[in-house]
Amino acid sequence: MSSIALNGAAKRKRTWTWLYFLLPSVAIMLVFFIYPILLTVFYSFTNLALTGEAAKNLNFVGLDNYSRMFEDPTVRTSIWNTLVFLIGSAVIGQQVLGFLIALLMKNKNKWFRRIIGTIVLAGWVTPEIVCALCLYSFFADEGTLNAIITSFGFTEVTWLYTVPMITIILANIWHGTAFSMLVFQAALDDVPSEIEEAAIVDGASKWQVLTRVTIPYIKDSITTNAMLVTLQTLGVFGLIYAMTGGGPGTSTTTLPIFMYNQAFVNYQLGYGTAISLLLLFIGIILSLFYIRSMKE
Amino acid sequence: MGRGKSFWSISTSLVLCSTLLFACSNNANNTNTPSNSPSTSADTGTKETNAGQTNDGGTTGNTEKKVITITYRDDGIGEQGVMYKWIQQLAENFPDKSIEIKATPIQASEGDYFAKIALALKSKDTAPDIVTEDTFILNSDASAGYLTPLDDKVSAWEDWTNGSFIEALKKGVTASDGKVYGVPYNTDSRGLWYNKELFKKAGLPEEWAPKNWDEVLDAARTIKSKLPDVVPIWMNMGKATGEATSMQTYEMLLYGTGERLYDNDTGKWITKSQGINDALTFIQTINKEKLGPPLSKVLNGQAGNTSTREYLPQGKLAISLDGSWITGNYLEGGAAPWPEYKDVLGFAPMPTSKGQAPGSITLAGGWALSIPANAQHKDEAWEVIKFALNKENSKKLVIASGNITVRADVGSDPEYTQMPFNQIATDYLKNAEFRPAQDKYPEVSTQIQTMVESVASGTSAKDAANKYAQDVTRIVGADKTVEK
Repeated sequence: MSSIALNGAAKRKRTWTWLYFLLPSVAIMLVFFIYPILLTVFYSFTNLALTGEAAKNLNFVGLDNYSRMFEDPTVRTSIWNTLVFLIGSAVIGQQVLGFLIALLMKNKNKWFRRIIGTIVLAGWVTPEIVCALCLYSFFADEGTLNAIITSFGFTEVTWLYTVPMITIILANIWHGTAFSMLVFQAALDDVPSEIEEAAIVDGASKWQVLTRVTIPYIKDSITTNAMLVTLQTLGVFGLIYAMTGGGPGTSTTTLPIFMYNQAFVNYQLGYGTAISLLLLFIGIILSLFYIRSMKE
Repeated sequence: MGRGKSFWSISTSLVLCSTLLFACSNNANNTNTPSNSPSTSADTGTKETNAGQTNDGGTTGNTEKKVITITYRDDGIGEQGVMYKWIQQLAENFPDKSIEIKATPIQASEGDYFAKIALALKSKDTAPDIVTEDTFILNSDASAGYLTPLDDKVSAWEDWTNGSFIEALKKGVTASDGKVYGVPYNTDSRGLWYNKELFKKAGLPEEWAPKNWDEVLDAARTIKSKLPDVVPIWMNMGKATGEATSMQTYEMLLYGTGERLYDNDTGKWITKSQGINDALTFIQTINKEKLGPPLSKVLNGQAGNTSTREYLPQGKLAISLDGSWITGNYLEGGAAPWPEYKDVLGFAPMPTSKGQAPGSITLAGGWALSIPANAQHKDEAWEVIKFALNKENSKKLVIASGNITVRADVGSDPEYTQMPFNQIATDYLKNAEFRPAQDKYPEVSTQIQTMVESVASGTSAKDAANKYAQDVTRIVGADKTVEK
């Protein structure tokens, strides 16, 4: 890299020019991102409500909303449901399935790749709410799945009520697998065939090539992908809300659903904002964990 | 090359990570600035209105024309709805032609309507000129400062002062500060609707008047064994059916045990009592013995419509614990016309748990027209309310919707009294109980819905009651609760 000699003044000028260019985006971040977050933090220490006395006279309640979270059994249920949903649909479901599809498509002919790729992508390009309605009609009492199984002589199952968590996990896998598939496709295409061939020549089995050569080679992509799908899944609201509404009971109430219920169904905006911060906190912890494991 | 790749993967992941987290906090942000949140229909409604105003204020010549918007809940049937048709009639007949009356419905489930209303009322940009308020939340919305006190206006209105409005029902629109915040337009009672044809087939009496809860359960058991394809008894049990779950199901049971939600003497909420256990055990029995509808039908927001518009008319449901207004659906031009309803249906009083005095129980509620504090044209809105709730117009509304009137003069009108079930529904009001006129009631009510849904989906009555006690204590404060 060749460089042009700069005198001190010009250098200093250049150091500051980047700031001017950044200023608009910094301003936007402050107004639309930092300020709302600070406001959220502020409201989480109040009894802000949607109706009633507290809607008019905001009171500072200290850590009440937070201590309430620790006592509230529904919070524990929601955290548990969020983790089950996260691990089931994102970390295992989307990642493993996406990886398998990408692996099976590797080095296959162009048309095969195109057709399978398009079919998988259909789930990804479908807007979340449309996706939720499609899968709702698939799992509903008079839905496609029951029509299929009754035609084989089995009795109807009320899928959305007997196994609600599994239905939303499957829905999210169907919706999101294409993303992991694309990431892994790109990563696998980057693995030089010479390395794999060398391993085969050295007598490695196909399984050994996969676990000892290919996967270690794309480790960074796997971690990055895991982080992305984790954060995407953590915030999933529309899909679950439209399919099960968080029910029956609290069996599919994840943190975003719980937050919405507290804020807009139970009118407790203050408590709702505290839960949203818990969600943000979990997101940050998980991201840090992934970033750390990427460094190793 | 490897270095470049890791640089890219790290930087893209950082960028995406922050956008995703931004998305999370965006949710949080919605809670702070309610005007962004889901009250889209209300938003559009008022935006249209504003547009209308600007147009009218322009060069069209109609410089004085003002648009008065009326917001109400549309349960999904749009222009077929009673409220919509009624508002259209008002708009046509309103004498002052410089005022245009416009329906701006909010399409929502019963549970969501009140949150959407509260959000819309918070801002001048989204508040309608007139809003329909359920009397249970009127007090709460009044304490929040969302509504205009109407004392000056009603005291100058002859219909209000000359006894046309039934005095007892004015209490429902008076908030805890003693001021009037709305003009009531209907009330209702609740009881057991039953299908006489199915009762006959199952060998049960066609004139049915159960004396206690066991007789209700026995009838349901008989239906189940004799007519296995029929749902024996329907009670709304989900969070999604909102106040219908609290009032038609839980409170009808609780008040039937002699217990109450709120102790008026001490000013405390009752968080533990035998009554709560008995009410929940009844719900538990219904579900354990599979006497109720499938959960997939009863736990969603359309449950009320499914039972009244499908199951009952189609002969798939024997008993329904529901409100007096459901017959409005069966009238010509209603949501589910069913001319035979007057012969097929019976309306039995809901007995007290063991048949103790007064023998039967009903909860009474009702709706009112209020003027938001943020309304643009309050005086014109008041003129519209006076016209809308005069004898003629309020009669049209209660007859079409199947509700009970709040006006004594409508109550004695032959056109009203000849409607089937109106007399009997009005009779039940003699033992009527009202929901606590407390501004915390709507929040307590959502805890009731959570409790009932959890029992319906398998939690034991005891666990659900404990959770309820905990949640209510948190909402009202430990010093405002009492155990019995």
